[in-house]
Amino acid sequence: MFLKELSEASGISSREQEIRDLIREYVKPNVDEVFTDSLGNLYAVKGKDKVGPKVMLAAHMDEVGLMITNIEKNGLLRFSPVGGVDPRVLVSKPVAIGKNKVIGVIGAKAIHLQRPEERSQVLGYDDLYIDIGASDDEEAKKLVKTGDVVVFATKFQELGDLLLGKAFDDRAGCTALIELTKCEFACPVYFVFTVQEEVGLRGAGPASYRVAPDVALVLEGTTASDVGETDEANYSTTLGEGPAVTIMDRSVISHPGVVSMLFKLARENGIPLQMKRTITGGTDAGKISLSRGGVPTAVMAVPCRYIHSPVTVMNYNDLQHMVKLAEIFVQEIAQKGVELS
Amino acid sequence: MKELLEKLTQAYSPSGSERSIREIIKAELANYETKTDALGNLIVEKKGNGKKIMFSAHMDEIGIMVTHIDKEGFLRFDFIGGVGAYNLPGERVRFANGTLGVISVEKLDKIGDLKRESLYIDIGAESREEAEKLVKVGDSAAFISPFIDLGNRVVSKAMDNRSACTVLVQLMKELPETDNHIVAVFSVQEEVGLRGATTAAFSVAPDYGMAIDVTATGDTPKGLTMEVGLGKGAAIKVKDRSIMVHPYVKEKLIELAEKNNIPYQMEVLEFGGTDAGAIHLSRSGVPSGVLSIPCRYVHSRSEMIDYRDLEAVLKLAKAFAGADLQ
Repeated sequence: MFLKELSEASGISSREQEIRDLIREYVKPNVDEVFTDSLGNLYAVKGKDKVGPKVMLAAHMDEVGLMITNIEKNGLLRFSPVGGVDPRVLVSKPVAIGKNKVIGVIGAKAIHLQRPEERSQVLGYDDLYIDIGASDDEEAKKLVKTGDVVVFATKFQELGDLLLGKAFDDRAGCTALIELTKCEFACPVYFVFTVQEEVGLRGAGPASYRVAPDVALVLEGTTASDVGETDEANYSTTLGEGPAVTIMDRSVISHPGVVSMLFKLARENGIPLQMKRTITGGTDAGKISLSRGGVPTAVMAVPCRYIHSPVTVMNYNDLQHMVKLAEIFVQEIAQKGVELS
Repeated sequence: MKELLEKLTQAYSPSGSERSIREIIKAELANYETKTDALGNLIVEKKGNGKKIMFSAHMDEIGIMVTHIDKEGFLRFDFIGGVGAYNLPGERVRFANGTLGVISVEKLDKIGDLKRESLYIDIGAESREEAEKLVKVGDSAAFISPFIDLGNRVVSKAMDNRSACTVLVQLMKELPETDNHIVAVFSVQEEVGLRGATTAAFSVAPDYGMAIDVTATGDTPKGLTMEVGLGKGAAIKVKDRSIMVHPYVKEKLIELAEKNNIPYQMEVLEFGGTDAGAIHLSRSGVPSGVLSIPCRYVHSRSEMIDYRDLEAVLKLAKAFAGADLQ
């Protein structure tokens, strides 16, 4: 699978070109048609003229990150988050800026200059800056400009079954989608890699309007908090127990017919599957399910620890199980359609 | 109509699980061919060559969803729609399979510490294994509270929005002679973001939209500063957080109320929204309005309406359905 390559590629919301070009190369040999729309969503189509329900499988290409908002006289860069970035984890992290991937580090007031009360406080965006080694604004402006986007410079690593990397939300879903393009299905399947999910599910609505699917499945990376002091009631999902199906979050109530089909197929095929046990967050399913006259939609996701930070941790087996179950699901839809109520 | 109101309020249907209320309404309107769409909206149509008017009343109610079952068999949960934590301890819930439970709260140092995370449901199970025979993570439950008749005033859970469902069912039973094309939508998932109305409005593509829903009142001790009160007639909405009612629709409703001697009051709501918020933004825009039934204690287990207001809303809905619209 291409998880390493996708994880290390850059694609902050609205600047998805690099990740899109990469995905296009990977899917091209497997599908009939590939195209991009005006927002930048990438569509890979297989079996367009086959009879049977039209299935849309979706994963978002974009990741959370930062954007340069000001270049100061001393050559330091100020920035704002793009999407929901946890400011507590930013200080001292290496980053790559703009198309040329200029290397920098997120800095803050040195520890020996902090007052005691400052040491116990979380540093906000106003207290942080990026240092690219420029001695003044003139030098900095040769390398970067206001509006450039910033990704975390995180290398992909393996720790046995566990994988470390940035942006598994939602490069895990993108990886799964690419794998699925290799399968043969008896119905038309639209693989859609969406843009700007992290800033408000913006790509998915127009994409779903264009595809007008009969049923949709969103593949995601979702939050897992199965660690440390967390009460078991707040784990949300657990690594290694299979992909997680969302019953409800802030954006969608997954279609009950699709959800029960996923659990039935998982049971019959011995694939581990868990429920997501919190209802926070939202995904492209929120927009897809409400497009046109409504689309039966569900969300399946790989559990990821430390989501929306420079390093995410996931279990490779969960991803493999997600691919397998999604494949069986589409085969079943092609045969039997969706039970609506 | 009171029997119908009682039957509908007592039905189980939290957002996303509207099957049982949909079946009840379908049976009430057995004379019509009905359609259920992908999200579960029930769509009932009387064809005509005149203007297409989409009436919408949401079928769903607020509730809870189980997020965790602990070793001792207690359930933790999150809210479906706008549920307040502070008045939940002591309340009872029912699951789709009939399982009952009571809500209680961890020992708190002070009442101000009460939040959703400190609440749990006790279904009488003695272990996780026993609980899981009855309830799974991801299951929804609705609150239970009997219907009580206080004369003009009636009280139950889910007056929001079964009182409006009652009006819409009755409207379809007693439709006036008209050329207008009337579409009644019993919508789903209003309480989690006007979702059913969004897709129904796209499918129906109406000329006019009219949501029927409850609204808050300002007639209780040290309550909201708001003109609307129980027993003062149908409330014609001017605005809420989801819509500025189309001036033509608002004026038409006032004109029809005056002409037919239907008691009415104007409603300006500083919060909240209704299906009209979704309908009026569908496709390239739909002139839309809202007929509101004033309701005290909205989103509690004891929502109170005045039956005479319900009758006034029905009369005005009928008048609008039969109106000559531009």
